[in-house]
Amino acid sequence: MAVVLSIKGLVKAYRPGVPVLKGIDLDFEERGLTAIIGSSGTGKSTLVRSVNRLVNPTEGSILFKGQELSRIEGKALREARRRIGMVFQEYNLVERLTVMENLLTGRLGYVGLFDAWLRRFPADDVAYAFRLLDVIGLAGFANQRADSLSGGQRQRVGIARALMQRPEILLADEPTSSLDPKTSVEIMELLKFQGIDHNIPVLVNIHDVDLARRFADRIIGMTGGTVVFDGPPEQLSDDHLKLIYGGEGWLQ
Amino acid sequence: MAAVSAVWQRHSRGQKLARTVLWLLVAAAVAASLKGIDVIWEFLWDAPEQVADMAWRMWPPDLAYYPQEVHKALMETFHIATVGTIFSMLFALPLAILAAHNLTPNKALNLFAKTCLVASRSVNSLVWALLFVAVFGPGPMAGTVAIAFRSIGFVGKLLGEALEEVHFGAIEALKAAGATQTSQILYGYWPAVKPAFWSIMLLRWDINIRESSVLGLVGAGGLGMIMNAAIDTFQWERVATILLTIFAVVVVVEIVVTFFRRRLI
Repeated sequence: MAVVLSIKGLVKAYRPGVPVLKGIDLDFEERGLTAIIGSSGTGKSTLVRSVNRLVNPTEGSILFKGQELSRIEGKALREARRRIGMVFQEYNLVERLTVMENLLTGRLGYVGLFDAWLRRFPADDVAYAFRLLDVIGLAGFANQRADSLSGGQRQRVGIARALMQRPEILLADEPTSSLDPKTSVEIMELLKFQGIDHNIPVLVNIHDVDLARRFADRIIGMTGGTVVFDGPPEQLSDDHLKLIYGGEGWLQ
Repeated sequence: MAAVSAVWQRHSRGQKLARTVLWLLVAAAVAASLKGIDVIWEFLWDAPEQVADMAWRMWPPDLAYYPQEVHKALMETFHIATVGTIFSMLFALPLAILAAHNLTPNKALNLFAKTCLVASRSVNSLVWALLFVAVFGPGPMAGTVAIAFRSIGFVGKLLGEALEEVHFGAIEALKAAGATQTSQILYGYWPAVKPAFWSIMLLRWDINIRESSVLGLVGAGGLGMIMNAAIDTFQWERVATILLTIFAVVVVVEIVVTFFRRRLI
């Protein structure tokens, strides 16, 4: 399979001399769900956010389908971001807008300001939004306000919003960390199968090792800003987990 | 015995001393200011009599005066307050955006906007009115501009603070979808501050109704103008009618504002 996203020598230091990411080299292929695991503060989030430049890398290169993303600005950056869908831990919906309006924000990168103001989106986009509402099991919720939804429903809307972009890659930053175990599984299923349906790679930061094992095609283990494990879930042993998280009492 | 040490006191000895000193200072300040304002005690003891006398002269209010002149002045007051509030909104919106450091990450622009807002607030409406009477001549035009200029600071400051408190997550999501900053304002910031915005505008309109009813004292149109004329000519029955009108208007505005605000949130 072809490589669509290639990260080389990625370093991020929020404060000079204290790097959070210490030279990451990773390639991602055009399909499959990759789970990134590691303890809090180890740079998983920074890594994922570097891809769509919500975090600006200090050094290194991020090559996405032949385009270098690490240094672009302005219009080029906005156009690159349109091709990258993102799902957040706290859902990050616009609370006071309806579900439909939230989905359509996924198209804001394409619609002029005046049309956006008057809620004049192309008929295609609106039809696609209704289809996605069906897919995420929220048909009939179009005119409900986002702040009236439960956590699981909000995250579904978050995923649908990302899919509205018709993205070429889907990033998810701890998408299940605020959800109960059952809902977490449903959200992971949605991410996994939407990735397959749309034929795009999915990158998920996740705390839950069991969920990662269950859904990922590939697991990346990080500790202290470096990658210490990279392979299929079957190869992830307890020794690896000790290396990734440190200690072993929690494994029993 | 251990029980002896189990005494609990709210303030330590040092704190007690500090508090006593503070209270003494407050008492001294009150005494000093009483001395400073030169109370003329004869006039003070006389006050109840004077109030009774004025009330007697105001009674009965000259209600026939209402259709003659008060109604027209009242409408003028309404227009001054409403148009002034709308104008202040037009200027306050861009200044609020410039003052909010999350929307305008530029210290120089923040400072510029905040200086404009403070300048607007530091001058009282009556003083603004005096200035604009000098510019536009007496009448409602001066009053309207005065109301607008005083309100810009109020609306801009509160709106700027509301913008700064907008939850960053939703904005980040819009940014990640490739939305421009203006789209982010439209879809992220505006829905979040909308209730605060209308609440601020209603509150300011409410204040402006009251303020524009006195602006006439310096010639800037509205009820204050005829009130000034009535006081100058000792027509206390007319003054009573105007005061009653202002009171009624304030009550009605209060009811209207409460009604709309409940529907905003």
